Amino acid sequence: MQLTEKHKQYWQINLKISTILLVVWFVATFVMGWYARELNEITIIGPLGFYMSAQGSLIIYVAIIWYYAHYMNNLDKEYGVHEGELD
Amino acid sequence: MAAIQTQSQFFQSLKKYYTFYTGGFIAFVIFVGILEQMGVPNKILGYLFLFATIALYAGIGFMSKTADVGEYYVAGRRVPALFNGMATGADWMSAASFIGMAGTLYLSGYDGLAFVLGWTGGYCLVAILLAPYLRKFGQFTIPDFLGARFGGHLPRLIGVIAAITCSFTYVIAQIYGVGIITSRFTGLEFQVGVFVGLAGILVCSFLGGMKAVTWTQVAQYIILIVAYMIPVVWLSVKHTGIPIPQISAYTTAMPKIAALEKEFNDKASPKGAKEESVRAIFRERAAAADTKLKGLESGGPAFLAAEKQKLTDKVTALKAEATPDAKAIEAAEKAVKDFPADAAAAKKAWTADKGVGARAAPVKAHAEAFAVGGKTPEEIEKNRSIAKKNFLLLIMCLMIGTAALPHILMRYYTTPSVHEARVSVFWGLFCIFLLYFTAPALAILAKYEVYSNLVGSSFSALPAWVSNWSTVDKTLMNISDINKDGIVQLAEIVIGGDLIVLATPEIAGLPYVISGLVAAGGLAAALSTADGLLLTIANAMSHDLYYKMIDPNASTVRRLAVSKGLLLVVALLAAYVTSLKPGDILFLVGAAFSLAASGFFPALVCGVFWKRANWLGAVLGMTLGLGVCAYYMYITYPFFGVNAPKWWDINPISAGTFGIPAGFLGIIIGSLISPAPNKEIQDLVDHVRYPNLEGDIDTRGV
Repeated sequence: MQLTEKHKQYWQINLKISTILLVVWFVATFVMGWYARELNEITIIGPLGFYMSAQGSLIIYVAIIWYYAHYMNNLDKEYGVHEGELD
Repeated sequence: MAAIQTQSQFFQSLKKYYTFYTGGFIAFVIFVGILEQMGVPNKILGYLFLFATIALYAGIGFMSKTADVGEYYVAGRRVPALFNGMATGADWMSAASFIGMAGTLYLSGYDGLAFVLGWTGGYCLVAILLAPYLRKFGQFTIPDFLGARFGGHLPRLIGVIAAITCSFTYVIAQIYGVGIITSRFTGLEFQVGVFVGLAGILVCSFLGGMKAVTWTQVAQYIILIVAYMIPVVWLSVKHTGIPIPQISAYTTAMPKIAALEKEFNDKASPKGAKEESVRAIFRERAAAADTKLKGLESGGPAFLAAEKQKLTDKVTALKAEATPDAKAIEAAEKAVKDFPADAAAAKKAWTADKGVGARAAPVKAHAEAFAVGGKTPEEIEKNRSIAKKNFLLLIMCLMIGTAALPHILMRYYTTPSVHEARVSVFWGLFCIFLLYFTAPALAILAKYEVYSNLVGSSFSALPAWVSNWSTVDKTLMNISDINKDGIVQLAEIVIGGDLIVLATPEIAGLPYVISGLVAAGGLAAALSTADGLLLTIANAMSHDLYYKMIDPNASTVRRLAVSKGLLLVVALLAAYVTSLKPGDILFLVGAAFSLAASGFFPALVCGVFWKRANWLGAVLGMTLGLGVCAYYMYITYPFFGVNAPKWWDINPISAGTFGIPAGFLGIIIGSLISPAPNKEIQDLVDHVRYPNLEGDIDTRGV
């Protein structure tokens, strides 16, 4: 099985989007956690540091996964590596 | 379900079935509610919930019975994303999440959020790094992937060992939860409860394997999420008038809690002064116990005898008084009777007494992150940085462990396509998220209830839920008038974490039927997770060990028979170990995550993203990861009695902090010092990376 340039490009784009989303994930988790005390000084709905770790970051996680599924589905089609109809 | 059905027809009929099912379940709850109004006793209602739900799961399990290998191991690979998501949710959320989570948050405030973050954020790693690739590979188990990707039996065998170790550790925690719930709501003994629960687990998985477990888990998810949400929404309406607890708890209850916390800690305020009077008593007791301990150490048995003599003298003196006080004499005689018999017992009792000093500590602010004590500002700063480090590392271990637990990863083999696998991770996290972002709000609302309504009420007129629970179980609710002023102070209340979810319906003033519903939800959470885990263990042994390594020519009938037999053996063994009540649940759970993270994650991720990774790397990485992780737990967790100093102050629950890097290091070194994998394996890596390739190889298991 020989991969074409187009296939390699697909994989590179996949790696890029994966990295970007993982950076968002990292910030939403560890950077927020690191600065939790400082963020707690700000009040949006509740103390921000607490609110982010209790709810905000969770919403970001759900969004990350939704975006990845959506983006990759389109990318599969664009690069012709999508699966055929199932039945 | 006929084979001629298309996938979308299948989806439509599933939707129809589960809508009917949900309607039926709600009708059942209403029916039980009517029975309650007619005066049927609570115990009967509890039995009704327990047996009706187990019978329901058994029914689904029976209808899904199968003799087809593909259906038994991966539910025929036709589970639509939404339903796979719900099944993942039930598979994922255990008794610890359902019953324990809100309580942990109640007790530890911000610091408890490590579990909320760790157990949700891990799905980002599943979605991006593993699920779509495992689906494309498309066989039956996680060791299957290790075996095919790295070649040879050894990586598969290590995978089998890792899967069994972490799943077995985790399943014990689940069966424990099942035992507690059944015994609490039906009055059966814990050990009996364990085996009744076990029957409930086996009826789902025994006949239909993954197919039955999947469709049961969807049903269990619906019950558990309904059971969790109803009381919390009700409580939110009661306290704030807004039915969205995730907002109302923060805008309405949180500021009031913060104000009350300040008041409790301010000795000049009326409430603070009362708290202080209780705390002073605790400090005195702790100091007295400390003096006695020191006396015991220097004086030995002679000191013990002298102490006892003092108490006996007191009885004599009281009796000799002109007007003897019967009550005081009784108390003094009791003190003599309860006096520890020997030095060892005395040391134990007084050390426990000294521990009440902790109850004299000021109230910790709920939202404060990394609240620690310390005598000097430098010491506080140092303790805070240790707390922060452990908080973040625990999140990391839980997240990576999430992305490595075989019973979760296995679920992504069951979707019809790579695309559906990606979408199903989204649905999975969404289903989990619904519960996890409600739990912190519930903790706040419950705290508000305790701080503003319970504290300050009179001991002669305690709220009904408090008196009920304090008679049922002292470990959950222990309340006593320490300073004898007849009024409840916060320092006089000791709450066990599990109380929060269990008592919420009563706090919110809901009828008993809702308490029964919550118990059914907790049971569904524990049963569904135990099902997934037992199946993983049995499959690792029957498929990987027996079929792939011992007898590759075994017939289908024989393979399924072996699998079912093993399922039974493993289940009985797990129930037996559970009935011995080993150790601390939270630690068992934490250990399972750290072990999975260290053993599987590096090998799985490198298997997909690094073509150069090879046999030696995988073997070295998995052994090193597991070894380092297990070793660190062994030397630092008090249960094993070694108690070596911690490395960089990192807690044993986060042992993966060392295991995961060791695993990656092992893979990198092992791979680089041995030749690159052959063309066939390189092709396999390309195969899993693309959902569809022309002239592709086929690795699907049949």
